[in-house]
Amino acid sequence: MGAPLPASTSQYLFLSGNEAVALAVRDAGCNVAAAYPGTPSTEILEVLSGYSEVYAEWSVNEKVSLEVALGASMVGARAFCAMKHVGLNVASDALMTMTVTGTEGGLVIAVADDVGMSSSQNEQDSRYWGRFAHLPVFEPADAQEAYAMTREAFALSERQRCPVILRLTTRICHVKGRVLAAARKTHVATGFAKDAARWVMVPGNAKPRLSLMLARDTALRAESEASVQNASVGGSDRRIGFIASGPAFMHVREAFPDSPVFKLGLSHPLPIDRIRDFAASVEQVVVAEETEPLVETELRAAGIACIGKEVLPRLGELSPDVLRPAIARLRGEPAVASAALPAQTVFPRPPTMCVACPHLGVYYTLSQLRNISISGDIGCYTLGAGQPWNALDTCISMGASMGVALGMDKGRGPNDANKSVVAVIGDSTFLHMGMQGLLDITWNRGNVTVLLLDNRAVGMTGGQDNPGTGRDIHGKSAPRIDFARLCEALGVSKDRIRVVDPYQLPVLFKALREETKIAEPSVIITDRPCVLIDDYEAERAYKVVAERCTGCGNCVDVGCPAIHVTRREKAVKASGKEVDLSFVRIETAACTGCGLCVQPCAPEAIVHAVPEHPVAFLRKL
Amino acid sequence: MKLTNILVCGIGGQGVMTATEILAEAALSLGYDVKKTEVAGMSQRGGVVSSHLRFGDRVLSPQIAAGEADLLVGFELAEALRWVHMLRPGATALVNLGRLVPPVVNLGLYPYPEQPVEQMRALGVSTHAFDASALALQLGNIRLGNTVMLGAMADRLPFPADVLRDAVLARFARRKPDLLELNRKAFERGRDAVAKAAVA
Repeated sequence: MGAPLPASTSQYLFLSGNEAVALAVRDAGCNVAAAYPGTPSTEILEVLSGYSEVYAEWSVNEKVSLEVALGASMVGARAFCAMKHVGLNVASDALMTMTVTGTEGGLVIAVADDVGMSSSQNEQDSRYWGRFAHLPVFEPADAQEAYAMTREAFALSERQRCPVILRLTTRICHVKGRVLAAARKTHVATGFAKDAARWVMVPGNAKPRLSLMLARDTALRAESEASVQNASVGGSDRRIGFIASGPAFMHVREAFPDSPVFKLGLSHPLPIDRIRDFAASVEQVVVAEETEPLVETELRAAGIACIGKEVLPRLGELSPDVLRPAIARLRGEPAVASAALPAQTVFPRPPTMCVACPHLGVYYTLSQLRNISISGDIGCYTLGAGQPWNALDTCISMGASMGVALGMDKGRGPNDANKSVVAVIGDSTFLHMGMQGLLDITWNRGNVTVLLLDNRAVGMTGGQDNPGTGRDIHGKSAPRIDFARLCEALGVSKDRIRVVDPYQLPVLFKALREETKIAEPSVIITDRPCVLIDDYEAERAYKVVAERCTGCGNCVDVGCPAIHVTRREKAVKASGKEVDLSFVRIETAACTGCGLCVQPCAPEAIVHAVPEHPVAFLRKL
Repeated sequence: MKLTNILVCGIGGQGVMTATEILAEAALSLGYDVKKTEVAGMSQRGGVVSSHLRFGDRVLSPQIAAGEADLLVGFELAEALRWVHMLRPGATALVNLGRLVPPVVNLGLYPYPEQPVEQMRALGVSTHAFDASALALQLGNIRLGNTVMLGAMADRLPFPADVLRDAVLARFARRKPDLLELNRKAFERGRDAVAKAAVA
């Protein structure tokens, strides 16, 4: 072990990429910041909400957040917007016209790709938006660069009067490293200048602006050729020269310290002239880019020979582990035998719903119903597709449960004639993009039962607030949407809207049975807070009286992680049928007394841990 | 200078990420370049969490490659086994014997490994195993488990144990001063336990 660095360490901050972006947004004098939560981008706005200098909001969806940012830019404020990769799909309608109007105050859009798909429904490459929308793209390689490039993105936005895309990936957002911050700036909004030819995008006004946008492409290309963020990093081994951006740059440097690398920081438009010079200085060019072969394709189109996805994977993250054997194969070298120990086989451990999660009651009930098709949505409740419930049949995109359910109803053939169609959606997802789908169901008289799981939080991303919680991003009191009245306003008959407690299984079961039998749109709102937010109040914990447990396993089917099997047996019923028995205990230290497991327990073996007495589980809502 | 690679693993909600953060703060206080990254699955409880910490003169890639970890710290028994291949040959593992059995095992879909510690030792890993969860409960709170585990690491780092202890205590002094003494105790219990734990 050598001596530690002599640097004056007190100046360094230890920040994740998300924290670094947030700090840079503040330090750039940004006035307005908006986002909808989405992994891996969520923390950016959470951190920004702690800076009093910046107006920060959770918007209802990404499109609205981008429009808020644009409006702020129009009045000359500096504006920022953050989202996960799929968020920009939602916001793209606004994006594709914003690029035509351009911006006034600097506007930066951080879009975080979930490369490797730790928490997303797909893996997509947001660098394409730069090409599609004629916008510059920055790609930081670590937290320090995330800070620097965010600052630079505001400056570039104001120089070129266009939005700038900051492309992050999970391995930037959630990696912590040392960051040196630069001097803070302040910015005062310059004021709105009415200019219909610029801001009113009707064909007559938009047409002349299209040529301006194309002229801007040329200017942006010059910016890229001159940018210090695009640079060649030396290396003596000229057999292969790498071209890399984002986290891939760090992996290349680590795996091949002697190879020259052309680092792309302002990666769109590509600095073709400089890359051409770099390519001429090495024997062979390898493009190391995560997911799509985008740079590779553009270099080939420019007549620069290179190798990319023939040897590197199309999917997932690159890492030194991935790069070393691929490049060895390319060089025709024998693969170096790994010294690593063999990986051991261990059960999978997928994320689980929490102890006492109100969704447990919903999915236990759905798992007991037959002849239903269940269209699902995006959130914690997507886990209902897994064990032990297997009670969610589709998951596509935010709010898709509504339209998919209606399509299943309208498209049904003889095989589905007797099936009920149920849509499951969370409170925040409903407000994000589900409302329009429900309106379509009511307007077109669909036979769909909607389960609206109101747990008063954006649970999956960490319990953020939304218009249904009655709190804003700062936790301060805000107008609270009444879901029952909202559904009624969207055309659901008042008689077909019920509010139930998901902890009361018989009530929920009855409501579902009744509503699925009626051939009209109906909404069942389940009303219990997420157990991870402050609204949740724990009740007295339970335990199992071992001598009363008959091993029926009904409580195990609830899916609560506090219920553990102590032993298994096989038994033969009077009918001669062999059954598996699972005897259980409750991890009382983890139990918060929701009472869900008590209800299907026939022998009444589950009792309060302290004091021990019979249990009344039905509570007033 | 060679980098130090430490992999801390467990399940969501156990404090793996916080413990690694404190370890990072200790390394930062000595002037090292430090990077920390997580493979956290979905941002939810109960899933696999592995936190990579690398420090030295200059850290490039934040991820530890398989076979390159100098120390594996397992907050849960089966999780330690899951990540054992990340260790370089002959390296050390510090393992909490506490088991957290997931629903898929309770449902009978998968078995829990029968003898994870023996399995790790059979691979040649110097494995220090002790019940950190029980120690935490003895002190009155299962949440002290991550401080116990930090104590267990303290004498196996390329810097003095005091540096790590100071980082732990500084964090509690800042955020939860009433828990300071309890965490000091938890840290020392972990340190003692691992020193006494049978090794093979």
